[in-house]
Amino acid sequence: MNRKFSWFNATSLTLGFAFLYLPMLILIIFSFNESKLVTVWAGFSTKWYGELVRDQAFLNAAWTTLKVAVISSSVSTVLGTMAAYVIVRAGRFTGRTLFSGMIYAPLVMPEVITGLAMLLLFITIGLDRGVTTIILAHITFTMCFVSVVVSSRLATFDKSLEEAALDLGCTPWDAFRSVTLPIIAPAVISGWLLAFTLSLDDLVISQFVAGPSATTLPMKIFSSVRLGVNPQINALSTIMIAIVTIGVISASLITKRSIARQRAEEQAAVRN
Amino acid sequence: MAQPANRPVFAPWTDPNEKPLIQFKNVTKKFGEFVAIDDMTLDIYRREFFALLGPSGCGKTTLMRMLAGFEAPSEGKILLDGVDIAPIPPNKRATNMMFQSYALFPHLSVWDNIAFGLHRSDMPKDQISARVEEMLRLVKLEKFAKRKPHQISGGQRQRVALARSLAKAPKLLLLDEPLGALDKKLRQDTQFELMDIQEKTGTTFVIVTHDQEEAMTVASRVAVMDHGKMIQVDTPDRIYETPNSVYVADFIGDVNLIEGKASAPKDGKVSIAWAEGQPEIVAETGETIAPGTTVHFAIRPEKVAISVDKPKDRANVLEGTVSDIAYLGNISTYKVEVAGGQMIKTQVANDRRIARRDITWDDKVWLSFTDTAGVVLTS
Amino acid sequence: MNPRRLFLILTPYLWLLVFFLIPFVIVLKISLSDYAISIPPYTPTFDLSAGWEGFKSFLSALDTENFTFLATDALYYTAYLSSLKIAFIATVLTLLVAYPIAYGMAQAPDEWRPTLMMLVILPFWTSFLIRVYSWIGILSNEGFLNQFLLWLGVIDTPLIILNTQAAVYVGIVYTYLPFMILPIYSALEKLDGSLIEAAEDLGCSKIQAFWLVTFPLSRPGVIAGCFLVFIPTLGEFVIPSLLGGSSTLMIGKVLYEEFFSNRDWPVASAVAVVLLLILIIPIVLFQRNEQKQREAN
Repeated sequence: MNRKFSWFNATSLTLGFAFLYLPMLILIIFSFNESKLVTVWAGFSTKWYGELVRDQAFLNAAWTTLKVAVISSSVSTVLGTMAAYVIVRAGRFTGRTLFSGMIYAPLVMPEVITGLAMLLLFITIGLDRGVTTIILAHITFTMCFVSVVVSSRLATFDKSLEEAALDLGCTPWDAFRSVTLPIIAPAVISGWLLAFTLSLDDLVISQFVAGPSATTLPMKIFSSVRLGVNPQINALSTIMIAIVTIGVISASLITKRSIARQRAEEQAAVRN
Repeated sequence: MAQPANRPVFAPWTDPNEKPLIQFKNVTKKFGEFVAIDDMTLDIYRREFFALLGPSGCGKTTLMRMLAGFEAPSEGKILLDGVDIAPIPPNKRATNMMFQSYALFPHLSVWDNIAFGLHRSDMPKDQISARVEEMLRLVKLEKFAKRKPHQISGGQRQRVALARSLAKAPKLLLLDEPLGALDKKLRQDTQFELMDIQEKTGTTFVIVTHDQEEAMTVASRVAVMDHGKMIQVDTPDRIYETPNSVYVADFIGDVNLIEGKASAPKDGKVSIAWAEGQPEIVAETGETIAPGTTVHFAIRPEKVAISVDKPKDRANVLEGTVSDIAYLGNISTYKVEVAGGQMIKTQVANDRRIARRDITWDDKVWLSFTDTAGVVLTS
Repeated sequence: MNPRRLFLILTPYLWLLVFFLIPFVIVLKISLSDYAISIPPYTPTFDLSAGWEGFKSFLSALDTENFTFLATDALYYTAYLSSLKIAFIATVLTLLVAYPIAYGMAQAPDEWRPTLMMLVILPFWTSFLIRVYSWIGILSNEGFLNQFLLWLGVIDTPLIILNTQAAVYVGIVYTYLPFMILPIYSALEKLDGSLIEAAEDLGCSKIQAFWLVTFPLSRPGVIAGCFLVFIPTLGEFVIPSLLGGSSTLMIGKVLYEEFFSNRDWPVASAVAVVLLLILIIPIVLFQRNEQKQREAN
């Protein structure tokens, strides 16, 4: 089907995407503003970026956030993949309903409740609040997202591939390692990326479980923007938006290219 | 399957001294309340090409998956070479399976797919590559060794799957609808290729199919299944010519079924009263039938002759009206309505190029057949 | 059960039990306790060493006083009602904004679709906090919107938008827009174009064909999208605290303040328990909608 944009569709798309992107665009433009007044343009400058990289508190928060995100998303990818495997493949076992309930509940749970509940647990068991508790909390809420991503891939996974591996002499673990894992790897990687982003982004849960000793970047941003707009935050936002944009665009280009290649090869296969 | 005249007929199932390779002993398989396999006993012999035939849900795939080790019988025993295979996991069994979806590993090349099972055995490295080469030659895919599964055609994928499952030289090869994904023309070519490979390698093949033509073409014996039970296990020609039940007669090929009441057999012949005021159908039978039993007379369309004039020397002659004609190229099918609204199909080979114009719609015609052309079925 | 399978099931299971289920049991328990000036700031505390008798006296000290308090103090039930109202109106607004975009995407030329899709997903990967923050500079008194309107001459004194409910609506529509667009788009994309042609062939005008064919067939996507916006909005904390000011009452914010500013853990826990009970209804309805979709496919 080869259609053209109608007048109505072109307008609604233009307005829609303007709404989605203008605020971020303004944010980026004013991160290069000379003035401290973020709503009045006073000439081009990169001084806020300079101030940002000299601000030790921001750098510390950024480092904590990165550390938390890498560790928690890696652990949650392992746990989430296991959980997905259990949901899709383990069949019946006692407590299965409870298990799938616990997997899906965090997806719809308000963050304030999850945060409160986690904090009360850490206090009850007497665990000192800090980076460790943030990591534990992030693993718990992100593993559910990983398991949703991986289980939707596993659900369409041809089970006979695993059976073929067993049939050809693999042990179940061997079959998982040499057949299932390489095939579901893209889903596992997107699960990791999702967990990583969610952890990077999380404010509310961290706010509850962090305690006074640890501060993540979103917590730092939140406490400074509560006092109003701040050009340093604009600079930081610009850097974060740039990283995400580059990541998403390159990911989509890579997928697009590999799909195109696969299609070309399939057509070639039909021809000969 | 036609056998060359100068070779002894391959029929180990008739030899009481021959030991079966596989024995099912009163095997039952239940999934919850559902009985997939119902108290089945069956022997399969070495070098057989054994077909499990039946509609979907009849239990044929379950039977195969029990052989591969993916399902365990609920009751009964399965013996391979006289040994109970129940405790052996699929990865330790001397059976290999060719999957309906082929289940080729998409991330591995054709070569690595074929070598996959060999790497999991204790075969030395250099022998592995020799074996893979041999397999590639067998299925004529030497040129495609480096390709990934999505880079080859459907027919080639089917052959990779076959090569992969044969590479470990299994005692028993299981084929689950191996040709189901191919188009009709390719399927027919591949059927002969399969038979060829089976004969070359001397492996015992068990094939699952719902395509009766395929089963008849490739198999040395066919097992017709329904609702978890074996209805008939026999050679293709005997299944076709002497079905043991209405179900088998109806499932394999086209058949006319005429219901009637049988008289007591005399000289191995029985008369069947099938319609008021019509001559009874006379047919040979080996069975003893109590007089008055309701029976079905089954006769294949190609064994019924059609003519404008009343034939003289046939055992059975019926009068009817042509209600439908279908021209199928090599043959024509006539649907003839006889007494009591009973429809009888007859097939005539179009051995002359000009269509037979002497019979057309609403013509009065005569149908005739000998007393050995059909079978009398009591079940 | 073989040990490998046991390990596979037990690892994530135990993790979720310890870090997800038990915390909720603790929340429930504290919601039934009383506020106390101590560490931890509630009573009774459960003492394992007291054994069975201790457990019995612990149980008898629990009561539903906090829930009675929630039901009688206007602050709380107004906050619940106001959250429900805001979530509902915001969902409708998001739908109104998202539908034309999703429709435009589904109608777009094939080669455009991956790009449009990426444009919708991109904000989703961008920090939520930053996206909310970006509106502060736009909506404030001397912000871009007011500057623009003043320049146009539409108004002569700046509008007060920031720190009102209007700003909260803008924030919710903005941040949750992709959650509404994506399910509607996927429903519309599956739509067979010949259905519209058939409707027009049978005498419908373009607009009639939309209301009689396109919209009803996109309803599963609309319903899914509405739940995906409504459910998280109900407990939203960041948007009301950055854009809503003190005049906007939302239960997520109340819970947060009850816990951190008033340090009243038992009441905060009770607020959480009631919020959870309210959420069960839309969550169950959502699950049922999803189930129906899966069965239909």
